[in-house]
Amino acid sequence: MNQQFEYINPQSLDEAVKLAGQGSVYAGGTDLLGLMKNDIAHPQRLVNLKALPELKAVERQKGKGLRLGALVTLNELAENEMLQKDFPAISQAAGSAASPQLRNVGTLGGNLCQRPRCWYFRGDFDCLRKGGATCFAMDGENKYHCVVGGDGCYIVHPSDMAVALLALEAKLEIYGPGGQRLLPISHFYVLPEDDPTVETVLQPGEIITSVIVPEQPVGSRSVFVKFRERSAWDFAVVSVAAALQVQNGAISGGKIALGGVAPVPWLDKKLNNTLAGTALDENGINKIAASALTDAEPLEQNGYKVILARNMIKGVLQSLAG
Amino acid sequence: MAEKDISRRIFIKRLGTGVAGSGLALSQLSAAVSAGKDDDAGEKAPKDQVLLQLTVNGKAVRLHIPASLTLAELLRDRLNLSGTKVVCNHGECGACTVLLDGKAVYSCHILALDAAGKEVLTVEGLLKGEELHPLQEAFVKEDGLQCGFCTPGQIMSAYALLKQKPHPTPDDIREGMAGNLCRCGAYPKIAQSVLAAAKSNARAER
Ligand SMILES: Cc1cc2nc3c(=O)[nH]c(=O)nc-3n(C[C@H](O)[C@H](O)[C@H](O)COP(=O)(O)OP(=O)(O)OC[C@H]3O[C@@H](n4cnc5c(N)ncnc54)[C@H](O)[C@@H]3O)c2cc1C
Ligand code: SF4
Ligand code: FES
Ligand code: FES
Repeated sequence: MNQQFEYINPQSLDEAVKLAGQGSVYAGGTDLLGLMKNDIAHPQRLVNLKALPELKAVERQKGKGLRLGALVTLNELAENEMLQKDFPAISQAAGSAASPQLRNVGTLGGNLCQRPRCWYFRGDFDCLRKGGATCFAMDGENKYHCVVGGDGCYIVHPSDMAVALLALEAKLEIYGPGGQRLLPISHFYVLPEDDPTVETVLQPGEIITSVIVPEQPVGSRSVFVKFRERSAWDFAVVSVAAALQVQNGAISGGKIALGGVAPVPWLDKKLNNTLAGTALDENGINKIAASALTDAEPLEQNGYKVILARNMIKGVLQSLAG
Repeated sequence: MAEKDISRRIFIKRLGTGVAGSGLALSQLSAAVSAGKDDDAGEKAPKDQVLLQLTVNGKAVRLHIPASLTLAELLRDRLNLSGTKVVCNHGECGACTVLLDGKAVYSCHILALDAAGKEVLTVEGLLKGEELHPLQEAFVKEDGLQCGFCTPGQIMSAYALLKQKPHPTPDDIREGMAGNLCRCGAYPKIAQSVLAAAKSNARAER
């Protein structure tokens, strides 16, 4: 292994963009250093975003919603009282990710851009996602892989934040060589059928500067729940984020997003089409849960995820009804 | 053997991220190149090295390092502070926990350069002369360790926790210390030690 890299503290966002074209953006490093140690990433240059304090703000403006700087740490999100009160799905997702030490360092932007945890990908296997010819998980150890949306590659996207932000219909502010663009998070992630070697649409030199979360309608409630195999730190086996409006005992609007089931944070169409107008009673809740993942095609070891996801959706709806 | 037919044994052998993973130390990567700008007073850094200044256990430290050095490697190999342990070298076990500007971090999983201008506190920094810190004393008294290899990290995590929550509940301790694994499974006594230290702090406050 023969890597060299330079570590640069950019003076401005423009300088960061210019430098990042031929290097890697470096935030907390909790994912990137792991990829480097495992010989998966070989950046020539680390552009240290921590040098840019303008990316660290949490702001809320009337009418415009919430703006979360990409460099805000997971712990800052988890402990923010305004978020706990008005956007609980965000603080719950942040608080359930990784461990206290990693949450002190890991950032929101880095969390959204982290690479998959598929053990073949992280291990010494030249699989499709690394430019090789085959997927080892398809017929291999695939207990934690996806049940829907896989095509050639069967990862699940590991970000907890992305699932919460998808339910809240957040947008990403992206700055790059071509200027600024605003992209709904539902358009940010890439399915393997489109390109099995990348997870996001980010181009070289592009940086997420902040995440914009729209103000939720009056009467909205949001929640994030995550199933993991042990109660200490672990990635989600399945996660469910809901941001719903409830009126007179029935759902009037909003979204449910699923994590741990697909290569991208997942908005199940049928599930989301079943929400509006359905009563939050036992029948309604059963109907909604049964509409989830009807197009799933589990692999040999992961059929349990479909049942788990439906049961978790029931739990979430019951908690919002009660 | 078809490329896809991987036996369980080969599978496990070739994994890179187990808790006892085989991650290479970053400093084993060949030398890094500096940004070049950091040097003050026209001082020339050795080739492929960068100037780093930070505070460790209250003392100002100034030295040249390759950019690829992790904070744990800086502490152990360059500053001889070997109280900080490295077990997984992958941000998964907590043995290498230190405080960076008052917050617990995995020193194996950040670069030394990330600590530039900041304050690092290691387990050595808890001693006052020969005197043990109340947390260290509690771990001894309550038998909060077996092999002891995870202990410095446990103590630093507990230190960060008690700073934030001086009167933790057992749940606070479980959550606050979830990032520290103990292969000996000494968890009940670790939690008991932290509770005891919190109580003795409370007594000292009165
Ligand atoms: C042991 C362990 C357990 C974990 N458990 C969980 C978990 O349960 N749930 C979960 O969600 N995550 C989990 N994680 C992942 C962790 O949350 C992420 O590693 C962290 O949030 C990444 O943030 P960072 O700032 O350290 O990113 P970095 O490592 O600095 O960056 C990660 C990637 O994102 C890119 N990047 C960073 N910031 C930006 C930006 N602003 N714009 C564009 N690109 C950017 C980098 O170039 C890099 O490719 C775990 C990680 C570990 C090591
Ligand atoms: S699921 Fe994707 S990342 Fe994992 S082995 Fe298959 S191609 Fe590689
Ligand atoms: S040595 Fe295991 S987290 Fe650093
Ligand atoms: S006491 Fe042995 S690892 Fe914790």
